[in-house]
Amino acid sequence: MSKANDLIIRVAGEGGEGIISTGDFIAAACARAGLEVYTFKTFPAEIKGGYAMYQVRVSSERVYNQGDTFDVFCAFNGEAYELNKHLLTPGTAFVYDYPGGDFQPDAIPEGVTAYPIPMSQASKDLGSYRSKNMVAMGALSVLFNISEETLKQVLTNKFKKKGEEILNFNLKAFEKGKELGTALQKRDTWRVADPVEPKDVIIISGNDAVGMGALLGGLEFFSAYPITPATEIAKFVATHIPKLTGTLVQAEDEIASIAQVLGASYAGRKSMTSTSGPGLSLMSELLGMASMGEIPALVVDVQRGGPSTGLPTKHEQSDLFLAIHGTHGDAPRVVLSVEDVKDCVDMTVDALNLAEQYQCPVILLSDGSLAFSTQTIPAPKPENYTLVNRKRWDGEGKYFRYAITEDLISPMSDPGTPGGEHIATGLEHGASGAPSWSSENHEVMHRKRFGKIKGLVDTYKPVEVDGEGEADVGIIAWGSTIGVVRESITRLRAEGIKVKGFYPKLMWPMPVAQYEAFAATCQKILVPEVNFQGQLSHFIRAETTIRPIPYTICGGLPFNPAMIVNKVKEVL
Amino acid sequence: MSVAALHKKEMAPKEYKSDVNVVWCPGCGHHGILNAILRSLSELGVDPTNLVNVSGIGCSSRTPYFMQSYKMHTLHGRAGPVATGVQLARPDQLVCVTGGDGDGFAIGGGHMPHMARRNVNLTYILFDNGIYGLTKGQYSPTSRRELKAYTTPYGGPDDPMNPLLYMLTYGATYVAQAFAGKPKVCADLIKGAMEHKGFSYVNIYSQCVTYNRIDTIQYYRDLMREIPADHDPSDLGAAIELARGDTEGHRPMGLLYQVQRETLDERLAAIVKQVGGHPDFDRNKIINQYRP
Repeated sequence: MSKANDLIIRVAGEGGEGIISTGDFIAAACARAGLEVYTFKTFPAEIKGGYAMYQVRVSSERVYNQGDTFDVFCAFNGEAYELNKHLLTPGTAFVYDYPGGDFQPDAIPEGVTAYPIPMSQASKDLGSYRSKNMVAMGALSVLFNISEETLKQVLTNKFKKKGEEILNFNLKAFEKGKELGTALQKRDTWRVADPVEPKDVIIISGNDAVGMGALLGGLEFFSAYPITPATEIAKFVATHIPKLTGTLVQAEDEIASIAQVLGASYAGRKSMTSTSGPGLSLMSELLGMASMGEIPALVVDVQRGGPSTGLPTKHEQSDLFLAIHGTHGDAPRVVLSVEDVKDCVDMTVDALNLAEQYQCPVILLSDGSLAFSTQTIPAPKPENYTLVNRKRWDGEGKYFRYAITEDLISPMSDPGTPGGEHIATGLEHGASGAPSWSSENHEVMHRKRFGKIKGLVDTYKPVEVDGEGEADVGIIAWGSTIGVVRESITRLRAEGIKVKGFYPKLMWPMPVAQYEAFAATCQKILVPEVNFQGQLSHFIRAETTIRPIPYTICGGLPFNPAMIVNKVKEVL
Repeated sequence: MSVAALHKKEMAPKEYKSDVNVVWCPGCGHHGILNAILRSLSELGVDPTNLVNVSGIGCSSRTPYFMQSYKMHTLHGRAGPVATGVQLARPDQLVCVTGGDGDGFAIGGGHMPHMARRNVNLTYILFDNGIYGLTKGQYSPTSRRELKAYTTPYGGPDDPMNPLLYMLTYGATYVAQAFAGKPKVCADLIKGAMEHKGFSYVNIYSQCVTYNRIDTIQYYRDLMREIPADHDPSDLGAAIELARGDTEGHRPMGLLYQVQRETLDERLAAIVKQVGGHPDFDRNKIINQYRP
């Protein structure tokens, strides 16, 4: 059960019934009321219809994850009820479409507060079935203290573009819902925190945030192929990059998209693509070319359930092997992983910078739960981002594209620069780019390509350590699992258990010394991750002396804090 | 193509050569095609600094090494989309692809239609020798069934494709064909392709003296028929008829098709114009759309 000031509302029903917009409206209204919001949604892989769920977690303090389960559940239909009724445990509140909906719930369990609201019927009486979600929102607003003022503001902003008539109709349905909610006696204690002073925030999804980070990072060229759950990144960039005179292409496949990225990058433009696991698989060969040809390139991989087509709309953290080693030969690259939506902005800038600085492929890992999770984050300030441009030839003397320099990074030369003509090649080559077959040169060039990114483990921001001193259990987490671990650690400490957290964002090259230093302060190391094999555990075993306890789940859903808390107690 | 890169230099054809040794077999048709390319660059006064030559993998994909220019030697089948990226990033440069039939139409076949229909402003010179030379002689998508090759010791099971029909139907805006034994014709067609604004495709038959012993230079001499002077290159139907070859199986030599259509980079530039794009556009305007 959630702590005071921390409420989780789940809305579920048939896709197309306004479930997603209901969640969006509630989230925006709460954010506008100065509260912190973290949303989580699942939707079907069907083309139309199917079960859709949207969960909003609201607090006056920072929210790090979607929470354990809901406090308030609003069922739009019988299917949603059936899928969630096992979670209607004592203390929860249950709002549902009755009478006049498509179902009648079983006996309400002891301790569950039920609020039947005839959403479908009231909506129909108003003349259109389409306002069902407005009725629901009106009822939720009065029952659970969702700021009516800000809800009306976001509704007005949304519907005023569609005309006075549509706006008024929706507001009328909202009022009707309020009336129905008011008529029921409030019998539980769940309420959204009262509005506070609004903060300088935006509310944005992980995918849109990647797009925003790309534009803040100076992106000039983007090419991608549609794929769930990454396509929203391309949509964001497509909408906004022309305003900055940049270019977006939807390529014929992922091979073409990374190929175009390499071409555009060779030609001097900051370039990237976004995809999910299947696309990253297709890009593997050209990512090797980017390593060999030393061409800056960013690939954002929004991970989904794999392998093959897998669970295309579900969450998983199972592309770490592919991201780090997925190509033939010895091919160095940088792999970063985001924790939350704020990272999606900031680390996309980092990733573009690192690609430019180190002239190599950079893979930024996001995941299915972050892709669609909207979160309140501080409004980014464009002037706060430092952008890095690749080292370019100064025009002095004879130009050698792959010259061995002190920092092992060779200056590049854009087409059109006199004297800088050169070849970028996937063949092993000497300093000029001309093919070279000698094993001595091959080794020299390997040392150059691997050596240039080696120092990154010390120059990239240090891995965050959550906690001080000695601990009985240290938890190493990556990706969106970090946010779950943060809350678990707070709960465990409140119970007097000594735990610490270690949250790497630079996945490769691996900051081994920092892993070792952390592990030296912990009796045991637990590594929770959403994949079958324990992929980070594998790298920890391979690269460090640490022998971690893997904790893997792969049900298509992220961890929740209670799971981690229980696991820590189990391994203590 | 890109006017900015043309008529800038006075250089002899051989001055466009790099100091890398040409590695093709003596008697290979590719030598003739390379010379035709150098000649057309010279005649067009191309500044090599403004030329980007992209290739994939194969004998003919080594061409960039032998020339002065910016160049990329990429992966098997991927020269097209890499070159597309270069062209879109730098529409002011002259971009060309040099590659073979296996590279372009087998492993890279998925990209060809899209370069053609998008009218990417680049020149694709395809060295068509009906064989994989670099891997020592396997049959390719343009091999005749009669060819007994490394993996087809009893002859080929599949029919060859017709690159010209392919390009015409997918929307290439410049389609021409010649053979390596006619370097002057090749040079003129390549020149036309480089001057053309849009996706230019030049198919050049090239004899492989090592692995394809049936498509000899004499075979091509007998095969090719010059396109009649009264052919109208803007007539797609007539171009398709020519591409099919005549009843005796002869193949056309010359310019089959040429029309003007907006290029991909022009259309993308139009979108930037439409939204009033500016490099200093205030990013806060985008951020503010996400305020609750």
